[in-house]
Amino acid sequence: MLLIPCPWCGPRDEAEFRYGGQAGLSYPSDPEALSDEQWGDYLFMRDNPKGDFAERWMHAAGCRRWFDVVRDTSSDEIRGGSG
Amino acid sequence: MEGPYAYASTAVKADWMSGGSARYWRAAEPKSGYDVVVVGAGGHGLATAYYLAQNHGITDVAVIEKGWLGGGNMARNTTVIRSNYLWDESAAIYEHSLKLWEGLEEALDFDIQFSQRGVLNLAHDLGDVRTSMRRVHANRLNGIDAEWLDPSQVKEFCPIVNVSPGARYPVLGATLQRRGGVARHDKVAWAFARGADRHGVDIVEHCEVTGFVRGDGGRVAGVETTRGTIHANTVALAAAGHTSVLASMAGLRLPLQSHPLQALVSVLLEPVLGCVVMSNAVHVYVSQADKGELVMGAGIDAHNSYTQRGAFHIIEHQMAAAIELFPVFAHARLLRTWGGIVDVCPDASPIIGLTPVDGLLINCGWGTGGFKATPGSGWVYADTIANGRPHPLAEPYALERFTTGALIDEHGAAAVAH
Repeated sequence: MLLIPCPWCGPRDEAEFRYGGQAGLSYPSDPEALSDEQWGDYLFMRDNPKGDFAERWMHAAGCRRWFDVVRDTSSDEIRGGSG
Repeated sequence: MEGPYAYASTAVKADWMSGGSARYWRAAEPKSGYDVVVVGAGGHGLATAYYLAQNHGITDVAVIEKGWLGGGNMARNTTVIRSNYLWDESAAIYEHSLKLWEGLEEALDFDIQFSQRGVLNLAHDLGDVRTSMRRVHANRLNGIDAEWLDPSQVKEFCPIVNVSPGARYPVLGATLQRRGGVARHDKVAWAFARGADRHGVDIVEHCEVTGFVRGDGGRVAGVETTRGTIHANTVALAAAGHTSVLASMAGLRLPLQSHPLQALVSVLLEPVLGCVVMSNAVHVYVSQADKGELVMGAGIDAHNSYTQRGAFHIIEHQMAAAIELFPVFAHARLLRTWGGIVDVCPDASPIIGLTPVDGLLINCGWGTGGFKATPGSGWVYADTIANGRPHPLAEPYALERFTTGALIDEHGAAAVAH
């Protein structure tokens, strides 16, 4: 089980969190302007690295706030986080 | 469990007892080049190599594997075989696979302990009931055996399921595919390996891909490996959870996320469970191995990971549900748990076929349910490789569907318990 550093509540068990996948994605500013390929990319393509991965977590059983962490997917070691 | 096959269980056992002198495949040294290099000696890769040789006469083939043969998800799955998927495209490919399973022991002359003991999919609420009945009708329209059982029929078919109305997860009925069942996964890998080897296919273990050889116009013309450069006219990935890592070496981005998927076995027990029981709603799927262990699968861990380890709260959640459904399991003791890495697509369906990179083909995204597809997947992938165009059953599974939007949404029939 992961020990996840919630920036508000401190390190807590993984079971208290909901996963949000890749961090740093934003809704396209002008969706109408996207080609089918670009829209498909936005909907379906996510990074899937073996190594450092910036991802979202939500402290569902705690403060219920979203935050980002960087985790190494080859070891599950969490290297850092931010609100 | 003994069949009339050259490599029946007794032969395997006798060989082990005598120190394991027999070899199902040669430990090949990689040559400098092949017509086709298949990356990944799991079930899908080995089946692909076997059918390339058997169906298409293409024998200048290597299957390269970074670890040992059948040591990835092929050794980690819960061995469930069925074809009762909802959509026509899925029904077609999984039923093709099931039909191949039904003749596989004869075709490969190998006892793989294929057992059509029936697969129950339980329904716990009215939504489940409606979608399950819809799936039964869809299956029948596609020529796939499917039945709807009411709770008393469920009890009759599987006496240890708790069907009392007061249960936490009341059983309102179940679908039954009698032709579904299980097979011994290791033996399936060995059987395909032996079959491919006999056609002259080289199986090269402990040979990890570190990059791709690029030829004219950027086409893939081989692989760089920890055992040297291997040239190839076609490189065909069959690498499951690590497909994204390989594809990225060729500059190819895929709609895959790699997750841990856990399973476990109990200690050896007397026979108590004569069929496969699945419950998507409560994330339990269970059968009993011939040796006696209860074999149970959990749901995926939510986060991406390549560690082949999952969190224990997933196991705990699954055990709580299993004991509700099967009160007798409370007496069982856990023997071991493990994890594999599964590559999950947004629509819970695989990706099979050509890629924007010439010379590179993919067969991936089988997610939590690839084992049942092993022969069918190998069959259509081999045909796709041999002819340079998708096999008709693979056509709907092209990468392009994530641009066109023609998804094959099998979350309902596949869900977590694929």
